[in-house]
Amino acid sequence: MSDSDHLLEARDVKKAFGATPALRGATLAVARGEILAIMGPSGSGKSTLLHCMAGIVEPDSGEVWFDGRRLDTLDEAGRSRLRRTSFGFVFQFGQLVPELTAEDNVALPLLLNRASRKKAYTVARSWFPRLGIENLERQRTGEMSGGQGQRVAIARALAIEPQVLFADEPTGALDSLASEHVMELLVTISRKQGTTVVIVTHDARIAAYADREVMVRDGRANIARSRAEAAL
Amino acid sequence: MASTILLMYSHGVSIAYAVLGIIGQRPSYGYDLKKDYDLYYGKQKPLAFGQVYATLSRLLRDKKIATQGAIEPSKGPERRLYAITELGRNDLETWLTTPEEQRPDTQTVLFTKVVTAILLEKEPDVYLDAQRGAHIQRMRELTTLRRESDSLSERLTADYALFHLEADLRWMDVTLGRLKPLAKEIRRER
Ligand SMILES: Nc1ncnc2c1ncn2[C@@H]1O[C@H](COP(=O)(O)OP(=O)(O)OP(=O)(O)O)[C@@H](O)[C@H]1O
Ligand SMILES: [Mg+2]
Repeated sequence: MSDSDHLLEARDVKKAFGATPALRGATLAVARGEILAIMGPSGSGKSTLLHCMAGIVEPDSGEVWFDGRRLDTLDEAGRSRLRRTSFGFVFQFGQLVPELTAEDNVALPLLLNRASRKKAYTVARSWFPRLGIENLERQRTGEMSGGQGQRVAIARALAIEPQVLFADEPTGALDSLASEHVMELLVTISRKQGTTVVIVTHDARIAAYADREVMVRDGRANIARSRAEAAL
Repeated sequence: MASTILLMYSHGVSIAYAVLGIIGQRPSYGYDLKKDYDLYYGKQKPLAFGQVYATLSRLLRDKKIATQGAIEPSKGPERRLYAITELGRNDLETWLTTPEEQRPDTQTVLFTKVVTAILLEKEPDVYLDAQRGAHIQRMRELTTLRRESDSLSERLTADYALFHLEADLRWMDVTLGRLKPLAKEIRRER
């Protein structure tokens, strides 16, 4: 059984793409409500690890546990349901539909979860002031700045009140000030809602918002040394 | 470990010029000076009275400031009003408009440890990983401090330290990725 303190766990997860090994046995546990940063060199397997934990990619071997249940053994329909109802996603870009308005984008996952139109749009609109983007509800996301778009993406990810928010380089395309605003909102809201956050980032200043960081090297996750250990 | 990192970045403000700048706005008493200094620069590390008067007497000696009004010897130095002189104002202006020397030496400790580890055939990556962890830990503390602070000056000071720590981290990451060729180069030179 999975440790009840851990909402999410990867155990010795391996994944290869053709001849390329992306994960060579990654083990990682995320506590309930924790904000965890995953760092590591380019190509080390960070995104693949995130995708395996989020049920987007099926591991070749190893186990993924979510909320006391095996996730990797679910069929595609089961994992898709889990992603829709329990997980939120924020990527560097690409998860918004550019032709749709911001509120359409935020309402979409709620509609997919069978909320009524009225409910979906009421909930969706309630997110805009919280993210400091009121007045942008009717703007098409394709016509927004990167920072505005990422706030809409966060609203979209959090609107379904997911148990886990997965973010892969959410501020990768933003300047320092915009990154700071986005992270500030992401961390504040997640803490308030008790959302567990797994965030992949190259940026140490972004990782510094997390409770803990993990380094992925050559497809393996190393728990970063704590300060006490480092001082030894 | 965290305190070492703090030390590395505490060279920042030159106290004498900060003090001269405060007096430059308007003549000031020693006590008010300290209060102003602490307000602008010293929230985390207030200026001791001893430092205030040591700084003032140096500035007086160099004729960058002068006391104003009658000096009553019965009263302590805190009763004196200090004002900037023409010389002081020129000096302050020069300091303000002259770019700072770069400090190429900040990385030497980190670099020396890496090379020493290689020379002793120890594992530099173990040291770098530990240093990396300590840097991020310090960054976490500064990030929390910055998030909880409602003073913009304090937040910008924290940002300054954060960006410098980040620069160190980038150097460590690049070095971690180049340890093998570095070790080869060093052994060749031995
Ligand atoms: N869909 C895929 N098809 C083929 N190879 C893949 C695929 N996804 C990842 N890889 C390979 O797996 C390895 C790990 O990739 P991954 O995207 O997880 O790295 P990353 O740590 O996220 O890198 P980056 O920091 O550059 O985003 C790389 O060698 C990559 O080329
Ligand atoms: Mg990636």
